[in-house]
Amino acid sequence: MSMVRVDALYKSFGANQVLKGIDLRIQEGEVVSIIGRSGSGKSTLLRCLNQLELHDSGSIEINGKRLDGEAMSARQLSEHVGMIFQSFNLFPHRRVGENVMLAPMVVRGESREAVEPRARALLESVGLGEKFDAWPGQLSGGQQQRVAIARALAMAPKVLLCDEITSALDPELVGEVLRVLEKLAVDGMTLVLVTHEMRFAREVGSRVVFMHQGKIHEQGDAKRVLDDPQTPELKQFLASTR
Amino acid sequence: MIDFTLWDILGHLLRALRWTLALSIIAFVGGGLVGALLTWWRTSQIKALQLLVRGYVELFQGTPLLMQLFLIFFGLSALGINLSAWTAATIALTLFTSAFVCDIWRGSIEAIPAGQWQAARVLGMSRLQTLRHVVLGQAVRIAIAPTVGFSVQVIKGTALASVIGFTELTRTATMLNNAAFMPFTIFGLLALCYFCLCYPLSRYARYLEKRLDVHGSR
Repeated sequence: MSMVRVDALYKSFGANQVLKGIDLRIQEGEVVSIIGRSGSGKSTLLRCLNQLELHDSGSIEINGKRLDGEAMSARQLSEHVGMIFQSFNLFPHRRVGENVMLAPMVVRGESREAVEPRARALLESVGLGEKFDAWPGQLSGGQQQRVAIARALAMAPKVLLCDEITSALDPELVGEVLRVLEKLAVDGMTLVLVTHEMRFAREVGSRVVFMHQGKIHEQGDAKRVLDDPQTPELKQFLASTR
Repeated sequence: MIDFTLWDILGHLLRALRWTLALSIIAFVGGGLVGALLTWWRTSQIKALQLLVRGYVELFQGTPLLMQLFLIFFGLSALGINLSAWTAATIALTLFTSAFVCDIWRGSIEAIPAGQWQAARVLGMSRLQTLRHVVLGQAVRIAIAPTVGFSVQVIKGTALASVIGFTELTRTATMLNNAAFMPFTIFGLLALCYFCLCYPLSRYARYLEKRLDVHGSR
């Protein structure tokens, strides 16, 4: 059974058709990098996977559960899919530890005593064990993004969606975030990334999906697709990113 | 004409001050409660409620407070509902306050970036949970300075209640002046009374604005 199963997915914003029939299967533990020009629909596809955008037609199944327009509640969905954003979106008025603990406490009703050791362990695993009581505003962008990853993991999702999560970072901070992702990938987490980090896609990713004008234009094994692109559009895109 | 010493005048004014204060506090607390309910409706997902509150806010912001007082005091009595000046003033100021604080609070909630809502949503929080645990804590920091600032408008607004015959600070001063005819002294002291109430609040609002850094960093 596929972890993510997308069939004939269509999505328009007004007259602008952004997704024009997407079919996609992602197996458990796969690391899929979605690449493409801005406007190719890659972020919209990602946001459809956790219903931040509702698709017009087609179907999405995550871990065997079908997402239908508005059928699944945010709570149910969060058990399957987590998401990291380009702009971190930490809660600025809550300490780092509280950011990580909030969802398990509020959504699952877990006690603080039960969540805190787990939150500390998660922060430890992203290298920020000593920042439990810091305010988000005191952290660098790379540290904030690592907190955001710990926060998403606190809900123990099966799939983690990453929407250009290193694009807002200074170049010297990108590595620390990618190392955390790499560790997750090694541990078997299913990752779907919209990314510009071709090196990461090649070295860590198991598959690359190239989107062009609302469709999947070319996809396959990461190294094969990036080293030996078949379509002229992908060749041109890869040339432009070098 | 009756002779009043400065102390007589001040004594009368200070005794009247409690009515101004009482009216202000009731209007502010009542207006805050109604305003909270309106804000809740205004930011709900239900279109009809949103429109209703929008109309309400526009109505009270777009007409003079004096006219609202007249409508409630004289207008209702023409319809056979007789309210005391105190009740009419309380109702009018409460409604007036609720419309303005609703607008301040709605703006504060809408100032919270969409990313905060989305982050809470993908963590599994419902709308209500997001509002309570993520948005309100930040919105309050934005709202508190303008809300305290607006309380000054409520205090000054209570002076209009004198027109419908409610004996608060301004009406007491008018009556004193009718008896003693010392307009400069009496109205000067009246102004001083209002200033002593309002100035600390304005200063406090400015202090809060600086202290509660609106951008959330500490």
